[in-house]
Amino acid sequence: MRFRFDLRRLAALVRKEAAQILRDPSTFLIAFVLPMILLFLFGYAVSLDSTRTRVGLVIQDSSAPALRLAQAYRNSRYFEVTEARTVAQVRDKLVDGELRALIVIPQDFGAGIKRGHMPPIQIVTDGSQPNTANFAAAYGEGVRASWAAAEGLERNPGAREAPVIVSARYWYNPELKSKFFLVPGSIANVMTMVGTLLTALVVAREWERGTMEAMMATPISMAEFIASKVIPYFFLAQASMTLCAVIGVWVFGVPFRGSIFALYAISSAFLMPALGLGLFISAATKNQFVASQVALLSAFLPTFLLSGFIFEIGSMPWPIQALTYIVPARYLIPSLETVFLAGDQWGLLLPNIGIMLLFGMVFFTLSFRVTRRSLD
Amino acid sequence: MTQPLASTTDLVKAFDANRALDGVSMAIEPGRITGLVGPDGAGKTTLIRILAGLMAPTSGTVSVLGGKPGEKLETLGYMPQRFGLYEDLSVLENLKLYAEVRGLPRNEQQDSFDKLLAFTDLARFQDRLAGKLSGGMKQKLGLACALVKTPKVLLLDEPGVGVDPISRRELWAMVGDLTEQGIGVLWSTAYLDEAEKCDTVYLLNEGKLLFDGPPAELTGHVRDRVIRVSGFEARRRQFLTRALDRDDVIDGTIQGRSVRLLVADGKPVPDAQALAAGPDTEVDTADPRFEDGFIERLGGGPKGTSALAARYRTIPETTDCAIEANGLTKVFGAFTAARDMNFRIPRGQIFGLLGPNGAGKSTTFKMLCGLLSPTSGTGAVAGKSLRKSAAAARASLGYMAQKFSLYGDLSVRQNLDFFAGAYDLPRDKAQRAIEAMIEIFELHDKLDVNAGTLPLGFKQRLALACAVMHEPPVLFLDEPTSGVDPVTRREFWMHINGLVEKGVTVLVTTHFMDEAEYCDRATLIYRAEQIATGTPDELKAEAARLTGAADPTMEDAFIALIEAFDRKREAREAA
Repeated sequence: MRFRFDLRRLAALVRKEAAQILRDPSTFLIAFVLPMILLFLFGYAVSLDSTRTRVGLVIQDSSAPALRLAQAYRNSRYFEVTEARTVAQVRDKLVDGELRALIVIPQDFGAGIKRGHMPPIQIVTDGSQPNTANFAAAYGEGVRASWAAAEGLERNPGAREAPVIVSARYWYNPELKSKFFLVPGSIANVMTMVGTLLTALVVAREWERGTMEAMMATPISMAEFIASKVIPYFFLAQASMTLCAVIGVWVFGVPFRGSIFALYAISSAFLMPALGLGLFISAATKNQFVASQVALLSAFLPTFLLSGFIFEIGSMPWPIQALTYIVPARYLIPSLETVFLAGDQWGLLLPNIGIMLLFGMVFFTLSFRVTRRSLD
Repeated sequence: MTQPLASTTDLVKAFDANRALDGVSMAIEPGRITGLVGPDGAGKTTLIRILAGLMAPTSGTVSVLGGKPGEKLETLGYMPQRFGLYEDLSVLENLKLYAEVRGLPRNEQQDSFDKLLAFTDLARFQDRLAGKLSGGMKQKLGLACALVKTPKVLLLDEPGVGVDPISRRELWAMVGDLTEQGIGVLWSTAYLDEAEKCDTVYLLNEGKLLFDGPPAELTGHVRDRVIRVSGFEARRRQFLTRALDRDDVIDGTIQGRSVRLLVADGKPVPDAQALAAGPDTEVDTADPRFEDGFIERLGGGPKGTSALAARYRTIPETTDCAIEANGLTKVFGAFTAARDMNFRIPRGQIFGLLGPNGAGKSTTFKMLCGLLSPTSGTGAVAGKSLRKSAAAARASLGYMAQKFSLYGDLSVRQNLDFFAGAYDLPRDKAQRAIEAMIEIFELHDKLDVNAGTLPLGFKQRLALACAVMHEPPVLFLDEPTSGVDPVTRREFWMHINGLVEKGVTVLVTTHFMDEAEYCDRATLIYRAEQIATGTPDELKAEAARLTGAADPTMEDAFIALIEAFDRKREAREAA
């Protein structure tokens, strides 16, 4: 740099940036209103839990075991049951989508049990909604299995000793509530929006309005210029992260088992690649429209789709899994989940923080390379 | 001779194959206004950016304040074309920001702000957001920001663009004050009349220096060769066409009722008899202008006969007026943008809407094109009412807008095809019209070039071609020639004059006072009202009566009429 880094110039630029943020209603919308919309959307409307799926229960047998099994379905908190005597009575409802599955207890159910073997039941699902179908099939079978175990009907034939009973316990999120995962995920999205999208827009805006040209003809250095963009948006992103966290804990009852320090350490580390990418995009495109498109494609969508926020990384095909390693949010989401649901597990947090800082360095280096003090 | 503050030698700047600057040597000296003059695309902005250290030269040497460009930025003032203001900061906040980044000591800031706010007359507006200022005020604030720490060199990139004559005149006076403090000013402009006021001038065209020296030297070349012909019998447009077709006349323009001609070097100045303009014709020499010298350097203006007009249909005579405005008024919320506009334009005339930016000329114009519906009042175009048959009225006009209403991403041919289609020309007719336009405007080589990347002069030709392909009886021109070089501008008016002789009626908005001279009648719009209407000569006579100045220019008239209106209004408000 030909000019030394001057704190007075930096302070003047930061003040200018802050005034612009405060006066621009769209900044406020993206930083505070949008996170609220996301949170409430994920918290209430979009739920990956499938409490109470509507199913048809067709009871073709009136023996005592069949009625007890039917009672088990009625009592299950996973199903809302519509009862019928024949399949024909409820088939149309399945076709209409009013019911998601049919569980059929066949005629010879009671007779089969009397003969000493476990007769099968039939589960018909609506394959047009594969997730719900899988869920209904698995839970339908689950209810049957636990009923059978309670009745003492099913034993491992080879085991003469007391049977090994496998019971699943879900640590940290015993109720398997997806909103516990969605709140940390929303924080990642919000920080990507503020960190990358807003920053991408602001430098491009300086190019578009011709103020960049005027600034370059003053003694400011590019380091000062970049710092003046990073500092206000860093604090803005932290503010909107804090808002999300507070609402997540107080309104949605997400547990917060880690420390506030760890939360800010993680989010600060994530903001380095987020801000760096935003600066890079905007310095390279110099156009607000292109910058916003590139920011959406390179930051927002990967954070949404490839970070493990909605789709589990472990179940992606391997080339996509490999791709997730270059998505900074991939390291943020497990860290946030850990801080919220488990506590300060530094053994997991520190490597993630390290990787995010590394990404940050890469993006900042790239930004410095493309932000040249020249119109050529 | 004093040491120059900045200088270049054999400067070349190439963008791909184009040379934006081609061997330019120049110098900026302290205490003087150095003019950098030339049409858009001449290379003015590139030169200024190189001096400001924003671009690197391809070859040649540059020295600014004894060092390389970009090294001594503390003492360099630079005002880019778009002023470099932050629109969401207030006037004072913009000044403060520039004071801090330029490193003006805090204890000197208040003094500097007070002085600059008084200097620019912006003290009343110091808390207003820069985005809410008028064009003229933005320009003054931009200048103040460049001056906040007194520079040694001040680079101004087209400070006069898009600003009305009054603001330009004020700015000129402000910059004049600065040179008295020893600041060296580089003033770039496309307005050739501004060049005459500079101490020394560099005239650029297509990257090459055509002239450098005091402006009087250039005008001296054409002294005694500029004549004014008045009192002739034939209509002035026909006379101009004939005169321009003569071998000894290299340029000509209409000046109200008379015609101004530039005689070729070495030819005798023709007398009234030679011009065969009628018994009462008077020929006298006129003061040469910078533009005359420029035209001569470029090899003279175009000849007089318009090929476009030759193939144009003759618009039938009617008793109706071609364009009528009866009390047109447009109100936006609490703001009246245009109040009670009244004028009637007969067939075959050019009518001008003049006025500062934001005065209401565009609003009036848009109401007549059917783009805005009037709040009250009526209008008609080619006998078709804007209220009852707006679509029919629109179909009978050709429209050419300020920013050239072309599709930049389409090629020249695609633009022609599109507009032929948009005006609903039958296929065979469209084909003939397109071929004719290509021929007349010499677009052969450019057919596959995207309109957005054309040189400005070609864009302007193409925009005219697209607007007249369907041979409309009425033409609407919105700032048609701002920024183009004088030869292209002459060519444009040569076509328009030819069309008017065929009966086409033209409505033109302009802030180029030269263009106002081509009008048969013009109205001056200010603060949403028509403050004066008449022929250019009548407007000038009115200004002469108001100010007592003999032989005022159209620009003098413009300023005098507006100032008189303001005085009257102030007196009324005081009463």
